[in-house]
Amino acid sequence: MITRKRLTARAFGLLVALAAGLLPAGPAAAAAAADEPDARESPKVELVLDVSGSMRAKDIDGQSRMAAAKQAFNDVLDAVPEEVLLGIRTLGADYPGDNRKTGCKDTRQLYPVGPLDRTEAKTAVATLAPTGWTPIGPALLGAADDLEGGNGTRRIVLITDGEDTCGPLDPCEVAREIAAKGTHLVVDTLGLVPNAKIRRQLTCIAEATGGTYTAVQHTDELSSRVKQLVDRAADPVVKPVATDGADRCADAPRLTAGLYTDREEFSEHRWYRVDVLPGQELRAAVSVGADRAVNRDYGVLLRAVTTRGREIVRGEEAGDGRTDVISTGLRYPKAPLDDDTADEVKPAAETVCLQVSNSFSAPPSVKTTPGLPVELAVDLVDGPDEASDVASFGLGHGWWLLGVLALTGLLAGLVWGWLSRWRLAVWRTN
Amino acid sequence: MRTTTRMLSGVLLAGAALFQAAAPVLADPAPSPGASGDGEEQAAPTEAGTAFRTAVKIRQDQPATAEASTGDYLYWVFDADAGRTATVRATVKLPEAAARHGAATWRLDVYDGLRRRQACVHGGQTKAAPAGAASVTVSCTLRTVRAWAEPWADDPLPGSYFVRLTVADLPQEDLGLPVRAEVLATAKDAGGARAVDGTLAVPLVPGASDAEVAEAADGAFSSGWWSSRWIWTVGGGVLGAAAAIAGYTVTRGAGRPSRVPPGA
Repeated sequence: MITRKRLTARAFGLLVALAAGLLPAGPAAAAAAADEPDARESPKVELVLDVSGSMRAKDIDGQSRMAAAKQAFNDVLDAVPEEVLLGIRTLGADYPGDNRKTGCKDTRQLYPVGPLDRTEAKTAVATLAPTGWTPIGPALLGAADDLEGGNGTRRIVLITDGEDTCGPLDPCEVAREIAAKGTHLVVDTLGLVPNAKIRRQLTCIAEATGGTYTAVQHTDELSSRVKQLVDRAADPVVKPVATDGADRCADAPRLTAGLYTDREEFSEHRWYRVDVLPGQELRAAVSVGADRAVNRDYGVLLRAVTTRGREIVRGEEAGDGRTDVISTGLRYPKAPLDDDTADEVKPAAETVCLQVSNSFSAPPSVKTTPGLPVELAVDLVDGPDEASDVASFGLGHGWWLLGVLALTGLLAGLVWGWLSRWRLAVWRTN
Repeated sequence: MRTTTRMLSGVLLAGAALFQAAAPVLADPAPSPGASGDGEEQAAPTEAGTAFRTAVKIRQDQPATAEASTGDYLYWVFDADAGRTATVRATVKLPEAAARHGAATWRLDVYDGLRRRQACVHGGQTKAAPAGAASVTVSCTLRTVRAWAEPWADDPLPGSYFVRLTVADLPQEDLGLPVRAEVLATAKDAGGARAVDGTLAVPLVPGASDAEVAEAADGAFSSGWWSSRWIWTVGGGVLGAAAAIAGYTVTRGAGRPSRVPPGA
């Protein structure tokens, strides 16, 4: 039974694959294309280096912060993977004066994002001397512009020793704005000074974009970490497609199989629609990211609802404490058509509404827009072979089973034996 | 009744042993999900992902390592098949005690292919490392993976399992310090007692709608028809037949009655 079902499923899969091949413009093909990382798109990385006056301080392995950074850059430039397009941007490298307004605009691209000429890049880095202010916000905006275009992964590695003194542009807000643009740009931060204010700012930037924060104490740590981050950019990764959930099912975007991103504010409900054919199984997984300071307790709810509002199945999860995301998922296998009606009835897809809601909350000081990042994975696969019994194939297991069978056999043998003896006796008396 | 069972079991064991010997021949030599398809031994991963999407694939019984900063969320993913009970163990080598400012709590979470958090049956999922500790170990043993479950249950199903390792609570000053994590996923066979009916068309792997992913998953997971329930059931049948013959013989006594003349 199971084998037969599987065979039919495979044959159907083959048909679908063939159909998809014949109609390359179909939605299935489009979704598949969106799922796969494009091999031609090179990952882009921009190293953003703080060259402010404070980098002169000699507190990393006895040498100045600048010297440590330069040494790390030389190591990193030697080890950059071939396919990575690397750029370098500086902040506070040029304006030594006291004018805050000018000082806070002081960020420039030292080496353009592109195929790397190691010697040229190294020479450019060698000329740097600690000079000016620390405009992190403008530098991040600049770096985001530098990485504009293309479809590969994007990463900014920010190396700094001071907090942004330039206001009113909060670099953390800038980072969140950049992340909200949906360009999948990740900012990793490295702090050269273990200072509470800097740490708070850099962790906030990293958190807002899904990046990491590292406190650097030694030169070798700096170079190995930057190398690791650059290598990470080169790893192929599935890129989600941006979508925009509606506040009710009727207006919701229709999704096919694939990976999607969206933004959802605190306590907001977002709806999506998926068409499920009879005999198909809908699988949906959602994660809501905590990209800012949130209150201790939180949760997420994913509901599959019919167009008439009946809940089919839900996934829910709650948690507390430090987290990056909270996630849940659900499965909805739609029953296949009966075998006898399958030929007569044209299978009609059922529209399933997916509702994503969260119970994150935040202190009043935290901005609620843009919303929290939502990642929604939708898969449509063949339905499962339903269990006809609790046990595998309805088979038995254990000593009780053997005992019962043996006893039954014994009784049957005895009865049969007595019966035949009785018949023999009857035959003999006659 | 207990005694009967025990007495029976002695006899039955012999029968079962006979079938057990035949089992490896009968058993479908399903490749374990951890084994690499092309047969060559692959190097252990030395990196961890930072999200579900970027989780680094690890194989069972092969320890994977990663260098990271305290506060990073480290993600790995491994495959677990039906009838297996998976255990994940992670050891974190903490930053040098001099650089730290107090105790830290580390946490290991396991999620299934649908990103549903899975309960840990055994193992310390969160553990507090005192200020002076050099390392901390967290572990989690999942429920036995079932071949099928109702959609309303979040029972573990064959497919991918995500491991997330992170520090759950720490003095803020310690964020960003370097740590080294080692993670090991193992799985034990839970035996036929846990063999359930039904099967998923495609294991719970991310991106299962993609034909290539589904094809690869199909090869990596067993079809799941074999379980020791076959031995028990067939053994029971044989035993019943043997008992029937025995019972029949008992009623006939020793051979033909002596009173019956030959040729009667």
